[in-house]
Amino acid sequence: MVRQVLLGDEALALGAVHAGLSAAYSYPGTPASEIMEFLIRLAKKEGGFKATWSVNEKVAYEEALGASFAGKRAMVSFKHVGLNVAADPFMNSAMTGANGGLVVVSADDPGMHSSQNEQDSRFYAQFARVLCLEPADHQECYDLARRAFDLSEATGLPVLIRLVTRLSHSRSSVETGEPRPQNPLRTGDWKDWTLLPVNARRRFRLLIDRQAELLRLAEALPANALILNDKDRSLGVIASGIAANYFREAAAKEESAPSFLKVSSFPLPEKLVRALVGHVETVLVLEDGYPLIEKELQGFFGVPGKRVVGRTSGAVPASGELNPDIVRTALGLAPLPSRAPSGVPLAGRPPQLCVGCPHADTFKALNEARAAYPGTSVFSDIGCYTLGALPPYNAIQSCVCMGASVGMARGASDVGVRPAVAVIGDSTFAHSGMTPLLGAADANADMTLIILDNATVAMTGGQPTYGSGERLLRIVEALGVPKEHLRTIEPLPKNHGKNVQVMKEEFEYRGLSVIVAVRECVQEQRKRRS
Amino acid sequence: MKQDIILAGVGGQGILSIAYVIDNAALADGLQFKQAEVHGMAQRGGAVQSHLRLSSGRIWSDLIPKGEADMILSVEPLEALRYFDQMRPAGIVVTSSTPYRNIPDYPDLDRVLGEVAKAGGSVIVDSEKLAKEAGTIKAQNIVMLGAASRFLILKEESLRTVVETLFKPRGAAVVEANLRAFDLGRKAAGAA
Repeated sequence: MVRQVLLGDEALALGAVHAGLSAAYSYPGTPASEIMEFLIRLAKKEGGFKATWSVNEKVAYEEALGASFAGKRAMVSFKHVGLNVAADPFMNSAMTGANGGLVVVSADDPGMHSSQNEQDSRFYAQFARVLCLEPADHQECYDLARRAFDLSEATGLPVLIRLVTRLSHSRSSVETGEPRPQNPLRTGDWKDWTLLPVNARRRFRLLIDRQAELLRLAEALPANALILNDKDRSLGVIASGIAANYFREAAAKEESAPSFLKVSSFPLPEKLVRALVGHVETVLVLEDGYPLIEKELQGFFGVPGKRVVGRTSGAVPASGELNPDIVRTALGLAPLPSRAPSGVPLAGRPPQLCVGCPHADTFKALNEARAAYPGTSVFSDIGCYTLGALPPYNAIQSCVCMGASVGMARGASDVGVRPAVAVIGDSTFAHSGMTPLLGAADANADMTLIILDNATVAMTGGQPTYGSGERLLRIVEALGVPKEHLRTIEPLPKNHGKNVQVMKEEFEYRGLSVIVAVRECVQEQRKRRS
Repeated sequence: MKQDIILAGVGGQGILSIAYVIDNAALADGLQFKQAEVHGMAQRGGAVQSHLRLSSGRIWSDLIPKGEADMILSVEPLEALRYFDQMRPAGIVVTSSTPYRNIPDYPDLDRVLGEVAKAGGSVIVDSEKLAKEAGTIKAQNIVMLGAASRFLILKEESLRTVVETLFKPRGAAVVEANLRAFDLGRKAAGAA
């Protein structure tokens, strides 16, 4: 047995490789990026499997699905909101089923460290009616990744693994096992995979019929653990995934700990839940995310004779990431003695654009160019440039989801906003900005799209981008943007006046224009030179 | 035997390299460890911290409970103050005295250092000066690691070995400079 120092993300990735992975796909997004980073490094070093950054999460999912159709083990990973993008193939893959093992990894971000919401991926598994596993520590990341492939092949369905930021980005040592060989090619049955209504109805009945088996498999997962306290029946705790660690951290310091159920699988292991709830008077539910377990226990009418408390009751804050201190409080334990906070007022240090960042120069020019149009808004998107919403730039007024800026500018233009301006990065444009621009070009919508081409996916650590440089210009032109209104600028302080002029001209033009601001990310430039 | 450490600094100051060295030294010394770190948006010039837990027994939480941190190891003095209330009352602070001023309202430096000095057993090291002396201004994080090494429950030799491994791909000169930085930091902490 080998022990290795790994991030939670990396432990999961290695577990998948050792389970006989043939192909993995992803799109960068915190906190999931390190899964694919690790797989690409390993594939380069040892070979034997494909590891690819895809154009977006939907594409990544479909690529993995194709590999599964061919009988091979495939994995797709992304951040939680990536599963929204991939929701269509995800939901329908529960209908087609998986041929080779298909594992979907969705890394949630409770507390929104780097995200626009804290949606809980466990609901997606429930929605699609497939198994969901939730590891609590690094060893489980490795072990459950292996187990997920077995479960996927045993049920003929995709299996979702839910991670959270705190585990994705925590490092510890992991004991690894022997790798097993990959599957041979063995294509799926077309009647299962062609979701015409006649096939889809049959597949859906089959999916419903399998639910009892999924429950049995979820209940049998060894990572679930029930510890009953026979002396004190007042309180029992149900904790899912990483929340179990915070409970055990607190409990380890006490002489007598409440009865405890650690949940690592969904559908909820019903027998274990019944055993715990039957044993105690009050049940405290700890889950890092939405109150899924808590609400399932409560239903409309509650559990007769029992109190169920958690995020909904107020015993745990309704939003935000859990931590050992919140859990101590929820357990009714006094805070540990600690040092008084420092007396010096602590100036905040929010994240900011790097010194010399090309986006900063683009925002300065943009602010000056639109000063002539008071009250206008700039729609923006997901990336480093979202920091342009903060001082000193205050240059953008929206950030919703990947690619939203383009469609939103079009909609605002349709109802009379002049000028309607959108700002998007090169990778986000490739991900979800091309399709709305195709529609806007067809209508010659009166709007200006500024594409920030820094030749990388910068925010997540510099992954490759699909639409940059000459290729990006050719794509924009091919989508139907007239050549005379496809302008390029180089965002540098010395070009400020010129760049303001280009923006003003295009804001005045009554039709569709695209300005591409071309300059490499300073972080990537530094990496390339060192 | 356990030690809970909060690593603090500003994104880009090399906190994760310090964490890498301590993690791998812990593995070599046969200790359990968990280390929670920050990636993504927060890394862009913002305040960053990493919770690093070492123990001879099982570690449950990836995060250090409030009041359990035994040490704050900071590459920047203002950032050291940010986590004071996470420490146990007898916790120690090992920090650089070199400010990283990328915000308009950075407080008076003497007041910041005075506040650190008030904490019993605090060690303040001029990491900028020592890193330059070692041969590379970039090694301030390793200077601070060296300073903290006096108080860590890890073997000095294990830490130095991982420093070597970490910088080996960048050539012998970089390895030498970082080992010098480690030793200078360790010496400075001894004199403090």
